[in-house]
Amino acid sequence: MSVGLQHYLILSAILFAIGLYGALGRRNALVILMSIEIMLNAANISLVAFSRYVANAALTGQVFALFVIVVAAAEAVVALAIIMTVYRNHKTVEVDKINLMKW
Amino acid sequence: MAFDIVFWILAVAAVASALMVVLLRNIFRAALAMILCFFVVAGLYATLGADFLAVIQVLIYVGAISILIILAIMLTRDVWQAGRASSVGTAATVAFLLFGSAMIIGLSFSKWPTATLIEPQPTTGSLGLLVFGESGFVLPLIISAALLLAAIIGALVLVKDD
Repeated sequence: MSVGLQHYLILSAILFAIGLYGALGRRNALVILMSIEIMLNAANISLVAFSRYVANAALTGQVFALFVIVVAAAEAVVALAIIMTVYRNHKTVEVDKINLMKW
Repeated sequence: MAFDIVFWILAVAAVASALMVVLLRNIFRAALAMILCFFVVAGLYATLGADFLAVIQVLIYVGAISILIILAIMLTRDVWQAGRASSVGTAATVAFLLFGSAMIIGLSFSKWPTATLIEPQPTTGSLGLLVFGESGFVLPLIISAALLLAAIIGALVLVKDD
């Protein structure tokens, strides 16, 4: 069948699930950050697909995707600053070893 | 027909590069796979008629965020072991399978109110008019400017050493 809205949505769901696995099941904090960026990209694909197939003339989905990109950039900056500070203090970026606040 | 072929090539490339990001042992190659994923997602935006968004995706994600992540990889160089699963690895696999299958099944059986497709127009002017128009999005724009300022100041405070 020809490519329609559902193909884009299922692709977005698969990418989001892959990013979810990376964010939950990896030790390295940088891999977690990369997986979060993949999740944000998957959400953006679904937003733009809806804007194209459901609401044709209104480009609101694309505006939303632009703001998601801006927020992802700000979040990546802060996350990297946190990772570098943690590395400077503990000499590791593995999230299993950063457990000072556990009981 | 050509559109379908392009979509399938881009879809397979996106899923393959995302899998490489989360599964590769060498973290630098994972970052390179992430750059490929961002390029492929920009191509998907282009197939959806979002030309401005595709260019912004390449500029910001590939041009800025990927460079920042590679810089962080360089600065944390002693710990290049990326391919090891964390202690909740099996739970993460279960979550991935459950979520993925639930979303795919739910999306396959939903009926979306799709409108008839129009020819893709250049979106840059329309996006500008939409954001800065009467019932536009100027307030989120100003707030995102404040958010970026806060992020920059916060990052500077965190990484300065005194």
